[in-house]
Amino acid sequence: MIKVLPLYIKAAGFTLLLSAIGIFLSFVVGIAVSLTVYCKVKFFSVVAKIYIEVARNTPLLIQLFFLYFGFSRIGLRMEAYTCAVVGLTFLGGAYMAEAFRSGFESVDVSQKESAQSLGLNFLQVLRFVVFPQGLSVAVPAICANSLFLLKETSVVSAIALADLVYVAKDLIGLHYKTTECLILLVIFYLILLLPISIYMRKLEKKMRFASHGV
Amino acid sequence: MYEGIDGIRVIFEGINFQRLMVGLLVTLKIAAVSVAVSIPVGVLFGILMTSRKKWVRLLCYFYLDAIRIIPILVLLFVFYFEITRVFKIQWSGEFVAIIVFSMWGIAEMGDLTRGAIRSLPKHQIESALALGLSENAIHRHIIIPQITRRLIPPSINLITRMIKTTPLVALISVIEILKVGQQIIEYNLYRNSTASFWIYGFIFIVYFLLCYPIAEVSRRLEKRWG
Repeated sequence: MIKVLPLYIKAAGFTLLLSAIGIFLSFVVGIAVSLTVYCKVKFFSVVAKIYIEVARNTPLLIQLFFLYFGFSRIGLRMEAYTCAVVGLTFLGGAYMAEAFRSGFESVDVSQKESAQSLGLNFLQVLRFVVFPQGLSVAVPAICANSLFLLKETSVVSAIALADLVYVAKDLIGLHYKTTECLILLVIFYLILLLPISIYMRKLEKKMRFASHGV
Repeated sequence: MYEGIDGIRVIFEGINFQRLMVGLLVTLKIAAVSVAVSIPVGVLFGILMTSRKKWVRLLCYFYLDAIRIIPILVLLFVFYFEITRVFKIQWSGEFVAIIVFSMWGIAEMGDLTRGAIRSLPKHQIESALALGLSENAIHRHIIIPQITRRLIPPSINLITRMIKTTPLVALISVIEILKVGQQIIEYNLYRNSTASFWIYGFIFIVYFLLCYPIAEVSRRLEKRWG
């Protein structure tokens, strides 16, 4: 049991790293996509909407298989790691975009119009009126999405990446110590996710207080 | 030997298409049964979560967090490999999948119900108590009629989430659409070089066509009733 701990720690590190990269990139994609939709950029907003629907309505595992096994067959060969990052970003970007968009849309139109009539230009309206309010409204959804993405990384073991699930399965195959390996697997996920989950609940409470002030 | 665009034939070759559809039925069955269990039990669970007794609430939160924090794939593995072994029972992968998805669905539905109940103005329940209504009467006449409408869109959305989680069951060797796809790809390994592109692409589209309309219905209802 002690001997396999370093393997688990390494795998937990990999899971964390992968999700950190995935969450960060989803964040970037999410802001970009939600802004194109929010600002109704011609043509691109339609593409963005289609992207959001496609990514949100298909399972990550299928996306990964399609990327990893499918695209390699038509000449677009990617490493498993790249596939996982691309897949997570593809999925996460759409979820984050929805979170940001609903945040932005929670800002009242009258506020934007008043800001414009005061002479603020478009970027200033975004910067001083929409972002400060919209982003804080989006915070709980963003946290929930981050937690969701961290949990979703568990499927990358299916394309042979050495995350926690993969290590546990590998060790089960090697030593037949099913119970110990699975218990360790659960414990490690708890260590990774419990603090984030608790922090999220606190944040949500804070947000509720904030909204009561309105 | 097929190559390039010709590879698309793999989907319709022989009985491949029927096999994929049979696999899809298994997927749908798992999702449908799990949703059918989750929604009623989940609503009851949500009502329990707003119980006045602290230890009941604590127990409920423990269950909710335990299910929510552990990835579903891990839960599937734990149930498929471990629970069946410890209790010396024979469960098929399909049955394990239904159990795990139902447990997850109950937790999710419970949390949605709790949110809906909490969003009701507190004075309604307090006035009812002051009028001398019993706990049961409060639920029947005040809480449930008001939360039903609020819960329908997220319940419909839960169906799409359930469907989107089903491909995981291929990893505990349930023969559903993804697994059938893999079998077809393996069979065509040397005859059709692009089989995996077309098969996985096909499954991708099938999932989208399944989930998108349901998600759209949920969103429309939410807009109309929101």
